[in-house]
Amino acid sequence: MVWLRTWQLGVKSLLLHPLRSGLTMLGILIGVWAVIVLTAISQGASDVVQKQIESLGANTIIVRSIKPPAEKLTGRAAQYGLKRSDLELIIANVPTIESALPIREIRRQFTVGDNSVDGRLVGCTPEYAEVNRLTIREGRFLADADDLTADTVCVLAAQTADRLFPFEDPLGKRIYIPESSDYYRVVGVLKHRNASAAIGGSLDSQDFSSDVYIPIKTLRRRIGDMVTTRRSGQFETEIMELNQITLQVAALGNLSAVENVRPTAAMVESLIKPRHAALQDVAVVVPLELLEQARNLRLMFLGIGVLIACISLVVGGIGIMNIMLASVTERTREIGIRRALGAKRKDIVRQFLVETIVLSFSGAALGILLGFLGPPMYYGLLYVVETTSPEKFASLPEAIRQAEPSIVYATIPLAVGIAVTVGLISGLYPAIRAAKMNPIDALRHE
Amino acid sequence: MVDPYTIGTSNIGTTAAAPVSHATGAPAVSIRELKKSYVLKSETVHALRGVSFDVPEGDYVAIMGPSGSGKSTLLNLLGCLDKPTSGNFFLGSDDVAQMSDDDLADIRSRRIGFVFQSYNLIQQYTVVENIQVPLYYQGRLGPAEQKRAIDLASSVGLAERLDHRPMQLSGGQQQRVAIARSLMNDPYFILADEATGNLDSVTTEEILSLFDRLNSEGRTIIMVTHEDEVAARAKRVVRLRDGLLASDRINSEESREEARRRQHENILALAQRKL
Repeated sequence: MVWLRTWQLGVKSLLLHPLRSGLTMLGILIGVWAVIVLTAISQGASDVVQKQIESLGANTIIVRSIKPPAEKLTGRAAQYGLKRSDLELIIANVPTIESALPIREIRRQFTVGDNSVDGRLVGCTPEYAEVNRLTIREGRFLADADDLTADTVCVLAAQTADRLFPFEDPLGKRIYIPESSDYYRVVGVLKHRNASAAIGGSLDSQDFSSDVYIPIKTLRRRIGDMVTTRRSGQFETEIMELNQITLQVAALGNLSAVENVRPTAAMVESLIKPRHAALQDVAVVVPLELLEQARNLRLMFLGIGVLIACISLVVGGIGIMNIMLASVTERTREIGIRRALGAKRKDIVRQFLVETIVLSFSGAALGILLGFLGPPMYYGLLYVVETTSPEKFASLPEAIRQAEPSIVYATIPLAVGIAVTVGLISGLYPAIRAAKMNPIDALRHE
Repeated sequence: MVDPYTIGTSNIGTTAAAPVSHATGAPAVSIRELKKSYVLKSETVHALRGVSFDVPEGDYVAIMGPSGSGKSTLLNLLGCLDKPTSGNFFLGSDDVAQMSDDDLADIRSRRIGFVFQSYNLIQQYTVVENIQVPLYYQGRLGPAEQKRAIDLASSVGLAERLDHRPMQLSGGQQQRVAIARSLMNDPYFILADEATGNLDSVTTEEILSLFDRLNSEGRTIIMVTHEDEVAARAKRVVRLRDGLLASDRINSEESREEARRRQHENILALAQRKL
């Protein structure tokens, strides 16, 4: 009964100064809101990165050719990169390999009638689709038989197919590759797949949208290792056998595939690196490690978000303390009256405490409510940026453009906990100060 | 034509204000050799040097004295707002002289009815809520207390103003709320500190008549004042000088009646001058 009355009176005296109470609440509100929204956005952003890395596969190892600096390359044609013998060496010597997928990529123009598309001509084996999570829209992907016989068949990425065959079914039709004067029969079309993200300096972003896939054996036989491209008026010739070897690691003994990734990568590195010591033209990339790096990065993201938000909470708390101190001073006389009429020190503490509790809890509650509006607000903000200045929008990092803010529920009790603790501490001090006052002095206060 | 004898009393009823006897047999207030000294910097100031007197139940005492006489110190001690350096202070049968802060708060809420010079009402509360404050800290809040507060408000003539806030009331009305509040806990005595100091003569008469009535109903009143006209209305005048009791005189019934009549005449003259 007394408590109920205390609460009623607390709310009543807060309502007596609505602006002041509102401003005090605002500090806590913004703090809680910031904690929830900042963590939600950084969570969303790091989810995007995480997903992209996961799509590379946790049990894969990527061995890539890197173009060495120009001064290291001798002769008229730049010759570097992975060799087919590297692939054979790996297959022969590393026991934990489930599959090894050689890849050769060349930029080419594809033509059908008047339509032409610039894209990647990718020489690969049938496993390529599975490893890169490509799915078939119609027809089939490359088959083992195609590779064995080095057939001139191809599979088109969705966008290539739509550009080259805007009005007809591409299956069974032929596309023309001008540079090598070859026709390839279309056996399948893929579904659209989003580009994979670039990860630091170790992995470029991969855009699968305008690819044409052919058996790697066909590519070797029809086009060969030497590729000439025209760049700014002069011809540039490169000799490269393989762009990339994607290795799938197998489980062995009682170690799972993922546990085998690191030892296998070390083994591959020790096999390959000595053969390329001079040019340093290969790199071994372990997506698993990137994944873990990304996880750390994401924790850092979250940490920074929470830190910033906590600072605003503390500022909110200082606001409460400030207001409560002012309120105590302003109400010194009232405190004196109450003490004279029988209020004990703890009654005074309780009265002011109730007011801070009401302030900080209602601030926190409103902050949570607004926090749940954070994701829609984020989309709205993106939409505004996108419509008002599309160039700026395009220059934003992918992790921000594609982020889907998701509320981290653990931050809600955290935010409320901090808000209320800060509120209580900053309310308690003025309350205790008020209660300590000598009733005679308090009564005399004007 | 204003009838001087009805000023301030005409709208005041009776009943709720009547006291319950605390019937301890002992005097309501009894102080013995009460001393109080303060240490200011290196100097010790002896504000009270040993004061003793009794206030029997139903008495009406005015405490007077020039400034520096220890009047305010005595008031604070009687109000249990401060502790004496030495001596005894019996309130009923308990010596409250050296009680703890919490116990003193409890004594204040149960045994003392305060009336201050500047009313000291809580601004955000209504009349009825203000009257209930002393019981609030005893944890006594219910329909019965609510009813008693309303009855008390009516008995001091504020039946029409129950939901008003102090800002909406005149000084005299505010002081009447304060008096109703001082009766709420059915105290051993009412301690009035310059209760009419902020009021004009008409309102002063209003409040003094109210005190007269409460006293005639059996209430014990201790009033600190520096005005002779106010002190003349009490049954007894205690004077302090330099921290000691200078005199303790009983006002005869005739002299009180005389003071009352003079006051009414003054007001009447004032009223006629205005006309």
